[in-house]
Amino acid sequence: MSKAISDPHPSAPVSLPDEAEMSPLVEQALTLARENGADGAEAGLSVGNGLSVRVRMGEIDTLQQKRDHAFSVTAHFGQSVGSAGCNQLQPEAIRAAVEAACAIARSTAPDPCNGLAEPELLARDPVDLDLYHPWDLNPENAIDLARACEAAGLAHDTRLSNSEGATLSSRSSVRCYGNSNGFLATTRGSYHSLVCVMVAADDTGMQRDYWTTVSRDPARLESGESVGAEAGRRAVARLGAAPIDTCTVPVVFAAPVARGLIGSMLGAISGGSLYRKASFLLDQLNQTICAEHLDILERPHLRGGLGSATFDAEGVATHDRDLVKAGVLGGYLLGSYSARKLGMRSTGNAGGAHNVLVQSQRTLDLPALLARMGTGLFVTELMGQGVNMVTGDYSRGAAGYWVQNGEIGAPVEGVTIAGNLKTMFTQIDAVGADVDMRSNLLTGSILIEQMTVAGS
Amino acid sequence: MTGRTDANTPPATPLATAEHALLEEAGLSHADLDQALGRLLVGSVDAADLYFQRSRSESWVLEDGIVKSGRFDLDQGVGVRAMSGDKTGFAYSDAIQLPALLTACGSARAIVRAGQSGRGKPLSAEKSKPLYSDTDPHGSLATQNKIDLLTRVDAFTRSLDERVEEVTVSLHGIQDTVLVARSDGILAGDVRPLVRLNVSVIVNAKGQRESGSSGGGGRYAYGYFQDEDRALTYASEAVRQALLKLDAVAAPAGTMPVVLGPGWPGVLLHEAVGHGLEGDFNRKGTSAFAQRMGEQVASSLCTVIDDGTLPDRRGSLTVDDEGTPSQFTPLIESGRLVGYMQDTLNARLMGMAPTGNGRRQSYAHLPMPRMTNTFMQPGETDAEEIIRSVKNGLYAVNFGGGSVDITSGKFVFSASEAYLIEDGKVTAPVKGATLIGNGPEVMTRISMVGNDLALDRGVGTCGKEGQGVPVGVGQPTLKVDQITVGGTQI
Repeated sequence: MSKAISDPHPSAPVSLPDEAEMSPLVEQALTLARENGADGAEAGLSVGNGLSVRVRMGEIDTLQQKRDHAFSVTAHFGQSVGSAGCNQLQPEAIRAAVEAACAIARSTAPDPCNGLAEPELLARDPVDLDLYHPWDLNPENAIDLARACEAAGLAHDTRLSNSEGATLSSRSSVRCYGNSNGFLATTRGSYHSLVCVMVAADDTGMQRDYWTTVSRDPARLESGESVGAEAGRRAVARLGAAPIDTCTVPVVFAAPVARGLIGSMLGAISGGSLYRKASFLLDQLNQTICAEHLDILERPHLRGGLGSATFDAEGVATHDRDLVKAGVLGGYLLGSYSARKLGMRSTGNAGGAHNVLVQSQRTLDLPALLARMGTGLFVTELMGQGVNMVTGDYSRGAAGYWVQNGEIGAPVEGVTIAGNLKTMFTQIDAVGADVDMRSNLLTGSILIEQMTVAGS
Repeated sequence: MTGRTDANTPPATPLATAEHALLEEAGLSHADLDQALGRLLVGSVDAADLYFQRSRSESWVLEDGIVKSGRFDLDQGVGVRAMSGDKTGFAYSDAIQLPALLTACGSARAIVRAGQSGRGKPLSAEKSKPLYSDTDPHGSLATQNKIDLLTRVDAFTRSLDERVEEVTVSLHGIQDTVLVARSDGILAGDVRPLVRLNVSVIVNAKGQRESGSSGGGGRYAYGYFQDEDRALTYASEAVRQALLKLDAVAAPAGTMPVVLGPGWPGVLLHEAVGHGLEGDFNRKGTSAFAQRMGEQVASSLCTVIDDGTLPDRRGSLTVDDEGTPSQFTPLIESGRLVGYMQDTLNARLMGMAPTGNGRRQSYAHLPMPRMTNTFMQPGETDAEEIIRSVKNGLYAVNFGGGSVDITSGKFVFSASEAYLIEDGKVTAPVKGATLIGNGPEVMTRISMVGNDLALDRGVGTCGKEGQGVPVGVGQPTLKVDQITVGGTQI
C-alpha cells in the first residue's frame, strides 16, 4: 500500500473460490432437493469481487469495495416448479433456500412445458473462451487512473468547468451451475470499465455527455486520457443544442444507440415474447423482417467477447447461428421452457442472446454513411422507453446533430423520433463500419430511410 | 415462508423488531456497533454509519390460467460508510457478524489516511411513529389463498371480453427490516412491507393485437388486494386500456397544448423537477436548477411537494435509510423554488438540514438523495373546464416511464393512453407517444391546475445510478401550453 492510504487492515482483493469449493455446494443443493421430494433440480451459485472508484474534480468522491454471493435453486416436482435464492452460501442458508423452493413447487400448478433442459442438448466440454482477466488493482492505482481520465476531460476545452466524475470499476466473478441431469460446470469472468461524465457550460446553458470503455481484459481498455477527452469533446459539441422543426427525414442512429434497435429485434424474437404473443415479429420465421443486405449472426464463442459463453443459463450448449440471413428471420432465441411452449427445441438462449453481430453488404464508413443520408438527423442519444413490443410502435426522445449534405452541423435536442420498428427494419438503408465493441451487440451506425421527427 | 420467528412475542416498535432480527440473532451488541463505528472514525472521517438489512421477498406468477411459478428470496447484509468532507468510502458484507463487519469497516475507511481512532456518540433510539403496519405480507395470506387470488383475477379478466387472449397476473411481497447506527448517535429501525399486484393482457381482434397493463400496491399486507375487490379493478383497467388501443389513430407530431390527467401522469413532476431538486446534483452544480433557490422556476399555479409521511404509500418511509424521519418537504411554492431533497452528506456540505430523502436500494448500495412521494397540490379549476380551454391538442391520462437529463433539463415521458382534443372536446384515442420538454421551461408553461389531485396506485420504481427504489407520484389535471408530442402524424 502507498503512503496516501496506509490502512492497517489492507483491503487487498480477496481471491475467488475455485471449482473444488463451489461444486460440492451445488451438488449438495441438488441432493437436498431430491431428499425433499424433488424429481429434479438445478442450482447456481456465484461469488464476485468488485472495486469501484469515482474521482470528481480531482478528488475521491466514492470508493466502494464489494464482495457478493448469490445462490439460486429451482426444484422440479413432476411438472411443477418452485424457485428460491439467497445471498449466503452457508450450508444452513442453502438448505433453507432449497426447502423454500420445494415448498413452492408443491403449490404451483403443473405445466407440461416445465422441466430441465434435454440431456442431449447440454454442453459436453466447455472450452475456455478467455473471459477471465482479473485486475490486480489497489484503490490508489484505481484513483490515479480515474483522476487522469477526468483531468484529460477537463483539460480538453475551457468550457469544461464541471464534471460528474470519472469512475473506474473492476469486477471478477465465478459461477457454478449444475442440474440433476448430470451437468456441472464452473466459469469465471471479469469485467472492467472506465466512464467519464463531463459537464460543459457557456451562455447557452449546460450540457452533459459521457464516454466509456469496457473490456474483460484491463489491458484492452482505452486509455483514460482518450476516454476523458472524448467525454469532453462530446459535452462541448452539444452546447447550444436546440430543437428543429417537425419534419420527416432520414435518420442515422450512431453505433452506441443503434444497438438499441437490434436489441428490440432480439427482444421480439425471444421465446418469452413469442409464446406470450407480446411480439411485433410473431409468426415471422422464414419471412423477410429487415432489409435484404443484412445478416444478423449469433457468435457465442468469440474469445474475450462480452456475451461469450459455451453454455446458457440451463447448461445447453451454444452454437454459431444465423438469426437473420439476407433479411430473412432464420431462428428464434429460445430457452427450454419457451421452446416447448412453441413446440421447438432450445437454441441455447436461456438468459438471452450471446454475442450478436450485425453485418451488411452495404457497409460504409461513418462519413460515407452520413453522405449517403445527405440531409437528416444524426442521433447520438435516445431518452425514455417508448417502444411498444406488441405493435412495434416506436417513439423516443432524441439528441444529436443536424446533417446537411453529409456534413455534421448544429447540435439538436428536445426532439422525438417516431415510426414503427417493422417498417424501420425494412428501411435500414446501410450500416456503418464504426462497430461499437462495448457490448455483446456488435453493430455500426444504422441509416433508416425515413422517420418522423417532432420538434418545435 | 411462515412469518417472523418471533411471532409469539411481537416487539413493540420497528426498532425493537429490527434489533432483534438483525443484531440479537447475529449475537451483536450495541458495544459491537460502537466498536465498528469507532473503527470507521479515523483521521479526518467526520461521519460514519452502519446499515443492517434483511429483505425477504416472494413472487407468484399466473400465466395460461395457472400459477406456474413462484420464488422466494432472502437477502441480508450490512453496509458500512465513512465520510470525510465530500469523500465517501463504502464496503459491505453479506454476513452479519462482527469479524466481517470490522473487515468491511477497514475497507470503507480507505479514503483517508490513518489517524487517531475516534468514538461515536452513545447510540440513542430514534423514535418515529410508524407510518405503516409491520405485518409480514408473506404470512398475511396462506399460499393457497394467494394462488386462489391470482386465479380469480385471471378468470375475471377473461370474462370481461372475448378478445382477451393472454393474461399474466403477478403478486409480489417484500418484508424489509432495516437498522441504522450512526456515529452521531442515532439508532433507528424500520420494518417495511411492500406489496404489488399486476395484471397484463394481450387482446386479439381479428389478428390485431394490443396490450394493456395495470396494477397497484403499497406498504400493506395482501388483504389490500381483496379489499373492495381492488385486484379486479386492475383487471378491468388493463382490459379497458388494451381494447382502447385497437381503435387508436396515429398520434400527432409537433408542439401543442397538452392536458395531463390526474394521478400517475405526475411522473411529469418526478422527471421535470423532482430529480433536478435532489441535493447531490445541486451541490455539484450539475442540475439545471442549481443556484436558483428562491427564484420563480414554475408558473405561480404550481406548488410541488415531496412527502414521505403519507401512511401506507409505496414511496413512504417512517425513517429514511440514514435513520432520518421522513417529512413533508415543499419543493416549489406558488412557482418559487423553496427546497431541495437531501440526504445527510449533501445536507451537511450545503449547510442545510436533511429532509429524510437519504435512500438506497439495499445494504450493498450507497445512499443518495431520492424522492419519496412527489406531487403537485390541487388548484381550483374543474378538469372539464381545462379540456374545454384547448382548441386542438392532446389529453394524456396514462404513462409508461420517463427519464431526465438533469443538466440540460430535457425530460421525456411516454404516454400510453392519450386522446386528441378537438375544439375543446376529447375525441379519438391515439397510439402511444413520447412527450419531450425542458423541465424548467415546461413548468413555467403550466397555465391551468385542476382541483382533482390524485395519487398513483402504487406502482412506481425510480432508477438513479443503477439503484431502484419504490416511489409515488401524483398531480391534479393540468394544462401545459406547449410541449412536444412525438407521434408520427404531421
